[in-house]
Amino acid sequence: MRKLILGVILLSVLNACSNKQSKLPILGNREPVTNTVDGKSVVDTAYATIPDFKFVNQYGDTITQKSLEGKIYVADFFFTTCPSICPVMHRNMLNVYKEFKADDNFRIISHTIDPKYDTVPILKRYADKMGLSGNNWWLLHGDKGSTYTIAKSYLQTVQEKNPAGQYIHDGFFILIDKQKRIRGTYEGTDPKEVDKLIADIKILKAEPEQAVTK
Amino acid sequence: MKFKVTGSILLLLAVVIFSCQNDGQIEFNRYYSGGSAIYLAHCANCHGNKGEGLQALIPPLTDSAYLKKNKNVLACFLKNGLKEKISINNKTFESEMPADSLAPIEIAKVLTYVTNSFGNKLGTINLQQVQDDMAKCR
Repeated sequence: MRKLILGVILLSVLNACSNKQSKLPILGNREPVTNTVDGKSVVDTAYATIPDFKFVNQYGDTITQKSLEGKIYVADFFFTTCPSICPVMHRNMLNVYKEFKADDNFRIISHTIDPKYDTVPILKRYADKMGLSGNNWWLLHGDKGSTYTIAKSYLQTVQEKNPAGQYIHDGFFILIDKQKRIRGTYEGTDPKEVDKLIADIKILKAEPEQAVTK
Repeated sequence: MKFKVTGSILLLLAVVIFSCQNDGQIEFNRYYSGGSAIYLAHCANCHGNKGEGLQALIPPLTDSAYLKKNKNVLACFLKNGLKEKISINNKTFESEMPADSLAPIEIAKVLTYVTNSFGNKLGTINLQQVQDDMAKCR
């Protein structure tokens, strides 16, 4: 009996070790599509992807889906005068930025949800004060409609100002792969979740599908 | 048996030390522990759990010299917000701090917490002092 218990424990320990996640899930809506391959129809799964967009970054450069081709990226929504969760989010995002600063196939994009105040020069000043340089972390300006629309495809909700004059928005960091699919969402205000994001980016980078450069 | 004796002696010692705390120390502890909860709810998002601030955007709360020099206007900063440029640890900060709707007693507690945490040691800032300071707000 004792040997049996020992065996079970040993087995579960070994199992726990081999259970290390080597592939991230694909999130969002999915639907079956029928493709024709070699004259035969094959049913495949189509995953939700981030649609094309056009925004301007803190340097005044136009950023579209094309600018992110062949790159894994993390997206979030914020505004520079946000007194509540944004400082926490970006204090944590700074760790992600530092970890992958040398990787040109990685980007962070932060959409402002207050484009009226957060003009390009204001975003540049914010970037400077955050100590951001180069192109690894873009702060994106766009009209309110396009920003609020793109938020939905990242499974995020943003709203107009509430009676207290504050914007309501989710504090999530969203991980997108090179096929523009959502691979993870992380509570940006929680340092532990952000540590997991950093670990997950490493897992994602190692997936064979992510080896493509274009 | 030996442990029991040592244990009781230690307990007795703890009781003696605790009851030796003077009124000032008790007041300080009351303000400080209350202030720590207020800090987490109202200040930590921006200034950080350890008062570290955020890069050049949000000042840290670790400049003891600044806090000491401005001890009597800190209450006004919390009550009315802060718009002017300030120099903290020899760096300039100019982003606005919004006002918060804290009661005077809460201001006293949170100021006691901040000015005695993160390497600061300025002693108790009590309710009376905060009321006096706030009467002189510009």
